[in-house]
Amino acid sequence: MSAITFDHVSKQFGDFTALNDISFRVEEGDFFALLGPNGAGKTTLISILAGLSKASQGHTRVMGYDVSSDYRQARRAVGIVPQELVFDPFFTVRETLRFQSGYFGLKNNGAWIDDILENLGLTSKADANMRTLSGGMKRRVMVAQALVHKPPVIVLDEPTAGVDVELRQTLWAFIRSLNQAGHTIVLTTHYLEEAQTLCNRIAMLKQGRLLALENKEQIMSRGAARTALIKLTTGQWPAALQSLLLRERDNGFEIKLADCNALEHILMTLRQAGLTLKDIEIAQADLEDIFVQMMSA
Amino acid sequence: MTGFYTLFYKEILRFWKVGFQTVAAPILTALMYLLVFSQVLADRVQPLAGVSYTAFLIPGLMMMSMLQNAFANTSSSIIQSKVTGSMVFVLLPPLSHFEFFSAYTLAAIVRGLVVGLGVSLTALIFDMPSLKYPLWILIFALLGCGIMAVLGMIAGIWAEKFDQLAAFQNFLIMPLTFLSGVFYSIHSLPPFWQQVSHFNPVFYMIDGFRYGFFGQSDVNPWLSLSVVGFSLLILAAMAFSLIKSGYKIRR
Ligand SMILES: Nc1ncnc2c1ncn2[C@@H]1O[C@H](COP(=O)(O)OP(=O)(O)O)[C@@H](O)[C@H]1O
Ligand SMILES: [Mg+2]
Repeated sequence: MSAITFDHVSKQFGDFTALNDISFRVEEGDFFALLGPNGAGKTTLISILAGLSKASQGHTRVMGYDVSSDYRQARRAVGIVPQELVFDPFFTVRETLRFQSGYFGLKNNGAWIDDILENLGLTSKADANMRTLSGGMKRRVMVAQALVHKPPVIVLDEPTAGVDVELRQTLWAFIRSLNQAGHTIVLTTHYLEEAQTLCNRIAMLKQGRLLALENKEQIMSRGAARTALIKLTTGQWPAALQSLLLRERDNGFEIKLADCNALEHILMTLRQAGLTLKDIEIAQADLEDIFVQMMSA
Repeated sequence: MTGFYTLFYKEILRFWKVGFQTVAAPILTALMYLLVFSQVLADRVQPLAGVSYTAFLIPGLMMMSMLQNAFANTSSSIIQSKVTGSMVFVLLPPLSHFEFFSAYTLAAIVRGLVVGLGVSLTALIFDMPSLKYPLWILIFALLGCGIMAVLGMIAGIWAEKFDQLAAFQNFLIMPLTFLSGVFYSIHSLPPFWQQVSHFNPVFYMIDGFRYGFFGQSDVNPWLSLSVVGFSLLILAAMAFSLIKSGYKIRR
């Protein structure tokens, strides 16, 4: 059973198609990134998963439960951290979390609430009114609210947008430990390095369509590939390798590198031309380059 | 059950934490009405035989305060959480449609009753209406608050902005409550307006409620009970279907 299944999901707002026939699965235990530029439809897709919005076509399941026909089971299985910073100004942090537990049918959840507060660095604010918290602190409470019922699937919609470095680190350490404990994690983020370091699978969305869905390694080995900056003691770049040359910079030659085996051939050609290597720097393409490349394709 | 109870309790706490505005203020307002109207009119009108005008006015003001506050509780809670976005926190959990409906409604009824009780206690300074049929009093208090709680829920779901809600309140709720016989017996109205009043469900709430105090009323209390009970059923069915369809809440 997959943790999440999107099955030909589409969503129209009037004439506008926000999601166009999206189908994919998130497997149990995945740390999954949903990437895409603003307006791609990430939040809309998550809203459908959460039951906050209804798909125009298609089916969505969480842990096997349909989000509309089996909505109560589906909602028990998922914890959502919405993108917008929202809070109820009437209550303290602890009250907020007690209520959230109660809505999920949990009565004596104090020990787990204390755990979450501790892990998110909220213990000292437990009895503070929500109104008095900073934006970053409110965001932490939203994360805590999504976790009160220990959901097998946790979805975070841009949880670190506009949030301080400290929170990002605390948050990711905690989320990573939850993933290691078996929770499935889905996140959308604009910080691509977060997706790159944390996630094992990545989906890319653009204008409501699914552009790519791959393991991180696959996606990283695609597209832009690697480049190498080769510096020679003296001499010109040999004509035989002219086709690989991207540009000259920093007294060296930047070349395309399809894979590491190609390097052997290059070094041999250089030797045969009587050239001596002074320095070589290989740059791994990062997700950002791939992302930009795919989105502009 | 825990889900329902939590939402109910949260809604109670929500108004109780700002009780100065949600409970004390409406009691004070009712008291002002009572002070002014009973001073001005006490010697001039006697709507029911053997009942002083002040005593007559007390149940009317109680009911008016209860209705307005029951309406205010659901409508303001819903529109506020819709506008600020914090409604997601009750939309994400597995609360059933019925839990959602009944928690908001019952909490609003509680606020209505608390305000009503407050008005009646402070009114004791002025006069003490008799309590002829307490059960009728209780039934009409509950049904009246229930109707307005549900109407407030419908208004809160429908409205997208605070001023739309204010329009609902000023152009529907206020006229209906003022033209229902809070301050007078409809027998003192010209025949045409008496007829019109018979189409106002709030008239039946107040008339039945008053019957519980004095054992006298403009129409038969059983008729009032039927009208009020039927109105509640219709409105509840409407509100329930709005919640079920996710109208303006789940897009
Ligand atoms: N309620 C709505 N009504 C009309 N258009 C909407 C609504 N919600 C989202 N959209 C549109 O759908 C598109 C996708 O939005 P969204 O899912 O928020 O994108 P993302 O989260 O990827 O930035 C956007 O063009 C947005 O304007
Ligand atoms: Mg978004």
